Amino acid sequence: MCGTCGCGSDSNGPTIIKPGEEKHTHQEHRHHHDGHSHDHDHHHDGHSHSHDEHHHHNGHSHSHSHSHDPKHKILEIEQDILQNNEVLAARNRGFFEAKNVFALNLVSSPGSGKTSILERTLADLKNEIPFYVIEGDQQTLNDANRIDALSIPVIQINTGKGCHLESDMVFDAVKQLEMKNDSILMIENVGNLVCPSMFDLGENKRVVIISTTEGEDKPIKYPDMFHTSDICIINKIDLIPYLNIDIQKLKDYALQVNPNLQFFEVSATTGEGMENWYKWLRENIS
Amino acid sequence: MHELSIAMGIVKIAEDETAKANINTVTKIELEIGTLSGVEIDSLNFVWDSAVKNTVLEKAVKQIFIIKGKGKCADCDTEFNMEKIYDCCPNCGSNFKGILQGKELRVKALEVI
Repeated sequence: MCGTCGCGSDSNGPTIIKPGEEKHTHQEHRHHHDGHSHDHDHHHDGHSHSHDEHHHHNGHSHSHSHSHDPKHKILEIEQDILQNNEVLAARNRGFFEAKNVFALNLVSSPGSGKTSILERTLADLKNEIPFYVIEGDQQTLNDANRIDALSIPVIQINTGKGCHLESDMVFDAVKQLEMKNDSILMIENVGNLVCPSMFDLGENKRVVIISTTEGEDKPIKYPDMFHTSDICIINKIDLIPYLNIDIQKLKDYALQVNPNLQFFEVSATTGEGMENWYKWLRENIS
Repeated sequence: MHELSIAMGIVKIAEDETAKANINTVTKIELEIGTLSGVEIDSLNFVWDSAVKNTVLEKAVKQIFIIKGKGKCADCDTEFNMEKIYDCCPNCGSNFKGILQGKELRVKALEVI
């Protein structure tokens, strides 16, 4: 079974597609984890010789009461479950650093305006800064097509049943982007405020987007995402007159989860507040 | 449902480690999961059987050591128990803290034949 999408076969797994190249879609179906299985083989080699000497049941009978059977032995593993993802994230990070690519991981609930903020940002800054985009969605090329319409290089990752991007998918997508130095890579994660929080993609900064229609207590309802983010964009501020939302309360909740969060209040529709966000982007690639 | 990815990560670690040690059967796997790690144990239990099917873990007993959250206030150095990641310091009310434990997500050991 595929761990990313949960499907019974490979045929539903993540696919990486460039707009205009849909016909290649079905050639990419493979377990993307398989190709990287060698990456951390070295990790425990240094310790493996000592495992036998550290048999738990020699001195610590508490947790191995049935393990005195001489046929049984204990392999001390002590390995982080997310290590494979983190090793590949570190590889992505090194690549971005070498090329001076400022990589952002955009996360939010579905419908808070990730793609609209992206579209507006790209349209306003594309003559000034080279941009690249990776779009993550369960299905369709719709978002990639919206970016492609702005003549920005874009790769769509369809995760199938998967609820988040992982670093190996980004690694594969980045290889196809052929990025120039001194540019910005926007990775738009799958719209989901829970699962993507645990998966480092190698980004420089994580940007969580929340819209004014979502309710001010979202940061404490979904704290993990706000805890792991650096930037919080509050979108749809043009709708505030029609809504019963206290923006300061929303910020207070978010700061309770993560006191280091930096906020931008914007409307991707009217452009209000976008200049501060642009200023921050410019500062980070100069 | 990222717990499925987590379960598959556990399977991969077990498969890799047993392959290195030339072992085919795991009788027990010990996991350490912190209460602030973002993994729901119920969800992990729910996906476990399908994730381990036809792997070295298929017959393994799963033992989970739950590690409770603990933080240390960055302003007044008070150490305190954390139930939620946004718990503030009970002494001074500060939100600035370091998490001492509770984020663990680890395969601790495999018992093998």
